[in-house]
Amino acid sequence: MNYDFDWRVLWTGQSGQWLLHGLLTTLELSALAWLLAAALGILSGALRTVTFKPAALLAAFYVEFFRNVPLLVWMFFWYFGVPPLLPRAFQDWLFAHGIEFLAGTLSLGVYHGARFSEVIRSGIQSIPKTQFEAALSTGLTTGQTYRLIIIPIALRLIIPPATNESLNLLKNSSIALTISVAELTFQTRQIEAYTARAFEALTAGTLIYLILCLCIAAIMARVERRVAIPGMIARVSGAEH
Amino acid sequence: MDFSVILRNFKFLIVQGFLGFGNFTGGTLRLAVPAIILGFVLGILIGLGRLARAPWIRIPASLYVEFFRGVPLVMVIFWFWFIIPVLLRLPLPEYGVALAAFVIFEAAYLGEIVRAGIQSVPKGQVEAATATGLTHAQTMRCVVLPQALKNMIPALVTQFIVLLKDTSLASIIGYVDLTKAAQIVNNREIRPFELYLFIAVIYWLCAYGMSRYARYLERRLSPA
Repeated sequence: MNYDFDWRVLWTGQSGQWLLHGLLTTLELSALAWLLAAALGILSGALRTVTFKPAALLAAFYVEFFRNVPLLVWMFFWYFGVPPLLPRAFQDWLFAHGIEFLAGTLSLGVYHGARFSEVIRSGIQSIPKTQFEAALSTGLTTGQTYRLIIIPIALRLIIPPATNESLNLLKNSSIALTISVAELTFQTRQIEAYTARAFEALTAGTLIYLILCLCIAAIMARVERRVAIPGMIARVSGAEH
Repeated sequence: MDFSVILRNFKFLIVQGFLGFGNFTGGTLRLAVPAIILGFVLGILIGLGRLARAPWIRIPASLYVEFFRGVPLVMVIFWFWFIIPVLLRLPLPEYGVALAAFVIFEAAYLGEIVRAGIQSVPKGQVEAATATGLTHAQTMRCVVLPQALKNMIPALVTQFIVLLKDTSLASIIGYVDLTKAAQIVNNREIRPFELYLFIAVIYWLCAYGMSRYARYLERRLSPA
């Protein structure tokens, strides 16, 4: 391999600034999408376990509908496909307020919400039925049982698979570069385009992703030990695909 | 809305874009099927490597898995896009780049499936095989792997669904898969809603159909 490395391109010129901006955009995009995904996932995951059939069906429909189509196709659909159908004034408003970022957050959040839903469902289903019955027999309503007993236990149990899914979300935020959100991978490509230094730029981007993933995994392992309920051991499987 | 755009370009989208038969190399299945087969072969080596007793095999195999699981696939595709021409000193077509990237990337995930499959074989099987006088390699080949493979099948089908969805990312480097085919048609016809909805339906049918099949296999293969 005859290639002269020149690592200076990463801190001379605007490269450093671009990388920092890219990292911040990736974090912002992932954090917002994560909040949306967690909300959708907890809601639909809980609904899939209730005995009221229409609610369970609606939640199952949401999950199967969104997770079986590639994220890239969802991004194209929300970014290129939907806006032309909207009223003119709303379109103008969207284009003035960064539609790339909105479409990216929405696609990422809704897609991963469907995957979170599966994780949360298997978490709830791993809780023994007697917990539920005991809660009901103390006089709690079904809603209270879910809010006060089932969900708090389930959220603790699912920390490992949910961490895995959160890291998938973070990594998948790189797909937003296809609809020109200026996140980390996009900025890596930009450095490459300006300096023609592909390896240095890609190495920087790759290392940032690796460090982010390792840090989050380490923090979540600590959190898991912190919030564990003594004596409760249950294994929860992750999302299928 | 005008869905006749689908009918007019049906052959290009499905035969060229999805299946990969046509004037030039492309196609979602033409990329996904070889990628899962080659990825599985490499995945077996990685999975066995992670279970090896010798640290000089186990540690590199573990690092391989941890590295590729911590990096976005888009990044890996770009790496191959830039590194292969430099390494081989000749430009490789998009198909070769995409196939190499998918095989290397998927092998990390498939390796974990192989490892879990091998670990799911009860320890008594290994002891019984050793007691009959088989060597370590023979035990692996004749006793453990055949049973492990059976246990892996549902997870492999699921991983193929993931791969099928991920091949849409090959369109980023210009490989003409179903997604890129829709983009090409859209550049001419400007019908984004109809076209992207159509390919979403195609992906959905394949992925949902296979996930049902994986669930069916899981029920049928699980010891009753």
